[in-house]
Amino acid sequence: MREAAVTRRRRRAGRRINLFLWLGGILLTAFAVLAVFGAYIAPYDPNAQDLFAMLEPPSAAHLLGADNVGRDILSRIIVGARFTLSIALASVFFAGIGGIALGAIAGYFGGWIDRILTGVIDLLLTVPNIVLAIAIASVAGASATGLTIAITASFIPPLARLVRGRVIELVQEDFIAAAITVGMGHTRILLRHILPNAATVIIIELSLNAGQAVLIGSALGFLGLGVQPPAPEWGTMLGASREYLTVAPHLVIAPGVAISLLVLAFNAFGDGLRDVFDPASNS
Amino acid sequence: MFGFLARRFATIPFVVLGVVTILFIIFKSVPGDEATFVAGATATQAEIEAVRVQLGLDRPLIEQYLRHVSGLAVGDFGYSTTFRGNPLPHILNRLPATLALAAAAIGLTILIGIPAGVVAAAYRNRLPDYVISLSVVGLLAVPNFWLGMLLIAWLSVDLGLLPSFGASGPASLVIPTLALAARLIALVARMTRGVVIEELRKDYVRTARAKGLSQGLALRRHVLRNVMIPTVTVIGLQAGYLLGGSVVIERLCAWPGIGDLLLTAVSVRDYTLVQGIVLIFVVSFLVINIAVEVIYRFVNPRLRYA
Repeated sequence: MREAAVTRRRRRAGRRINLFLWLGGILLTAFAVLAVFGAYIAPYDPNAQDLFAMLEPPSAAHLLGADNVGRDILSRIIVGARFTLSIALASVFFAGIGGIALGAIAGYFGGWIDRILTGVIDLLLTVPNIVLAIAIASVAGASATGLTIAITASFIPPLARLVRGRVIELVQEDFIAAAITVGMGHTRILLRHILPNAATVIIIELSLNAGQAVLIGSALGFLGLGVQPPAPEWGTMLGASREYLTVAPHLVIAPGVAISLLVLAFNAFGDGLRDVFDPASNS
Repeated sequence: MFGFLARRFATIPFVVLGVVTILFIIFKSVPGDEATFVAGATATQAEIEAVRVQLGLDRPLIEQYLRHVSGLAVGDFGYSTTFRGNPLPHILNRLPATLALAAAAIGLTILIGIPAGVVAAAYRNRLPDYVISLSVVGLLAVPNFWLGMLLIAWLSVDLGLLPSFGASGPASLVIPTLALAARLIALVARMTRGVVIEELRKDYVRTARAKGLSQGLALRRHVLRNVMIPTVTVIGLQAGYLLGGSVVIERLCAWPGIGDLLLTAVSVRDYTLVQGIVLIFVVSFLVINIAVEVIYRFVNPRLRYA
């Protein structure tokens, strides 16, 4: 009787709620709600200028204050969630597709295909990712699409390398040899047997990449290479607030906190996933 | 060691050639006519054609590529509209500022990151550990340029302690270094904490304790030595972040490095200059990685004979 209680307690301890996963999940849900319904939640029109409220510090009317042309900062943050979140998710999605495809092909087929792909990936890895993103953004143009292309391109090489490594491990497993023996096609083996087994590593990496995407996206926005004003993208807002650092610090605080919270949410979610699915890698 | 160095340095030209090729393809696919752009808005059609011939833009792409590569081999980076000629001397002129910033950030990382990690491990699951571990989570989520802005607002505007931008003496380096190093400090502190906790459980520490060494002494004499290896790894892996992050920080603090120049080049669409700077970033990245490997062999004798 007592033994059973002890085991139960132990089992419960093993299954204890993963704080990071929940914290990240709840925060991400909140941001997703803002991104989808932001326009209905925001107290003001994010682009409505009120010249009487210019640079007004936080007050009852404007909870986070107003910016240099009197736009409500809270409304801009709420509506801006859509830009930051969609750029991060889109670039992670496309980088995921590109990285998985290249990594899986290189790792599965090996030989000269692998050598060429690995060569190109290794070359691209020597360009610091934000430098690559800036170079591509300068070609692709300063817009949400250009930004997404730039971030996607800078994420594909490391992801492809990760996937390739995992696929090479899996190809040597007996069940793949069995699948080849019974005459399964390459596509089917890759899609049905190899990728599902690599999914955990990939999903964790993508979640952590999403946090990076938010950081790079907002940095490019800050530099004027991202979403253009007056769109309320958080990095762009920070770029515009630079001149007012001394007179109105409240312009600088809110967008930075929003970016940090979103990155924190993605990081926590990724770390939480790792704790749940891949406890061995926990250092 | 010299054989190793020679072998590693010998790979640099090949990597550079590969990167140059990829950049050439990317920038040749830019929409718009290069000659028209270089000639300027007021140029006549005849002037545009003259520029086209002068820059060799009327030749087939493959010939342009070969000329581009052979030019690079002798240090000719092409025609930069910003500098009206070869941008290489101007890039090299600004390189020391960027390297100084990166070096300062690495130094600060070692100075703060390792002790913070050791303290967190020594006080595992007690207050100092919670404070440090929470700071790590926070620092990894904060954008470095925002941190820089807050530091400027606090240290130079409110307290008037430091210059808020430019490069006027060592004091100017403080804010950009702090902003750039924050992420690295967090990563190294987290890594150090994990390694120290793991090492403290090992037999050699128990032996050291058994022969009468205090916990602190065992930590300093034996464990710290093993912490250096993963620290060097983390810094090596983050070399790309260091160089890339410096672009944003240099712009924020008006630090006169090549990152700041890259953004200027992008804003005036001087693609020759952009390619040149990206190339210098790649070479810096490769050299840092070789340096990391050398240090690696230095702190980890097992590798020397491998």
